[in-house]
Amino acid sequence: MKNNKQIKVIITKVGLDGHDRGAKIVVSLLKEAGMEVVYLGMFNQVEDIIQAVVDEDADVLGLSYLSGEQLIFTPKIVKEMKKNELNDVLLIVGGTIPVEDIPLLEEMGVERVFRAGSLSGEFIEYIEKNIKK
Amino acid sequence: MTENNIDEMVQKILDGDRRMLARAITLVENSRKGHRNIMKQVYPHTGKAMIVGVTGAGGAGKSTLTDILIGKFRKMGKTVGVVLVDPSSPFTGGAMLGDRIRMKKHARDKGVYIRSIASRGAMGGLSRATYDIIRIIEAFGVDIVIVETLGTGQDEIDIIHLVHTCLVVFTPGMGDDIQAMKAGILEIADLIIMNKADLEGAEAFIRHLQSAVTTANIPVGAWTPKVLPSVCVSDKPANIKGHDEIIKGIYEHFDFLNKSKALDKIRFQRLELELGLILKDELQNLIFKGLKGTGLKKKYITSIIGGENDPYSVVREILDNYVLHRKK
Repeated sequence: MKNNKQIKVIITKVGLDGHDRGAKIVVSLLKEAGMEVVYLGMFNQVEDIIQAVVDEDADVLGLSYLSGEQLIFTPKIVKEMKKNELNDVLLIVGGTIPVEDIPLLEEMGVERVFRAGSLSGEFIEYIEKNIKK
Repeated sequence: MTENNIDEMVQKILDGDRRMLARAITLVENSRKGHRNIMKQVYPHTGKAMIVGVTGAGGAGKSTLTDILIGKFRKMGKTVGVVLVDPSSPFTGGAMLGDRIRMKKHARDKGVYIRSIASRGAMGGLSRATYDIIRIIEAFGVDIVIVETLGTGQDEIDIIHLVHTCLVVFTPGMGDDIQAMKAGILEIADLIIMNKADLEGAEAFIRHLQSAVTTANIPVGAWTPKVLPSVCVSDKPANIKGHDEIIKGIYEHFDFLNKSKALDKIRFQRLELELGLILKDELQNLIFKGLKGTGLKKKYITSIIGGENDPYSVVREILDNYVLHRKK
């Protein structure tokens, strides 16, 4: 069912991390790649993000981190996604993520981590090839 | 998606399953298989909600105003569906849907369903998908549907065919009395909102708009648009004002429509337009499907490029040969 449908992505920040320059750049790049991107901004809580994923019927949820809260909030997001049966949504994480956190995040259920410095082509191609619905 | 699945999907939507609602909207948005069946089944459950449109130039404060209005309706115990339209890039097809970010207060409220959609070009797709999306949200069972359009300029009147009450949002500094006198505003606005009314120039612009309303040749018995000030954002919460009056205006207009039987007229006009749009789409699909594999479409286009033919003659020929002829 991957063809003939516009890819819908939600990009958001979670918790108290107040830097969203990177997230906004990613939003622009995905838009330029032909995707429809809902940007939720900063200071969002887990339940708010999950309701947005449900309401918008998103294909992809992208979490952006700078200040090191990825190990705190990501498992909460994963738990709520499971509870809401959102297993057909591709969960990706981006931002300033220490290398040693990557296996931890992947073990939690994140499908792919894109660290700062990733090329836009990498994550665009990854999304296009891996959306699940 | 099989027919059985569609039956189940529609039943779940009627039972208030917002996940199924979201999926059905995607399906309709992408004109996937099952679209027609969904609409057929949803249709008997529509027509109950009050539909409010919010339009105006980009940056006028449509989303922030919508956010406040959602809150007011919720306080009245009403459930609300919201459709937010933002523009698609005509070059890449991509879109940044940035209205939902203004509605964080309602992010977790189960009495509010918010959906962001991209305009996807001007080929009629927007109007038809938006019609259908409103219908599905109505069937889901909300009391109010708010439709926020993309930032409009002048002469974008599609919205009046979609809604009962249309709010057009202005801000100070958007023009002088000449702008206020131009066609396009009074024709679509039931309520004219002077947003950011705490900024310099608001009072003068309100007077210009008011005077445009007063001098307009509004037929006897027709609704006279109201000009209402609004402040949505301020350092001091006490300065945020105007919204109870806007809600009151929306209900006054809706009552007016009911009492004056204008609702029936609006319904008729809306269906006339909708029928035309669906007919156009379905006919085009049918004809292109018929031409598939014949190589004729390519031949026609090449002949137009080559200067031997023109689009009008080609369409006439297609109609003569494949539509009118077949009926004989």
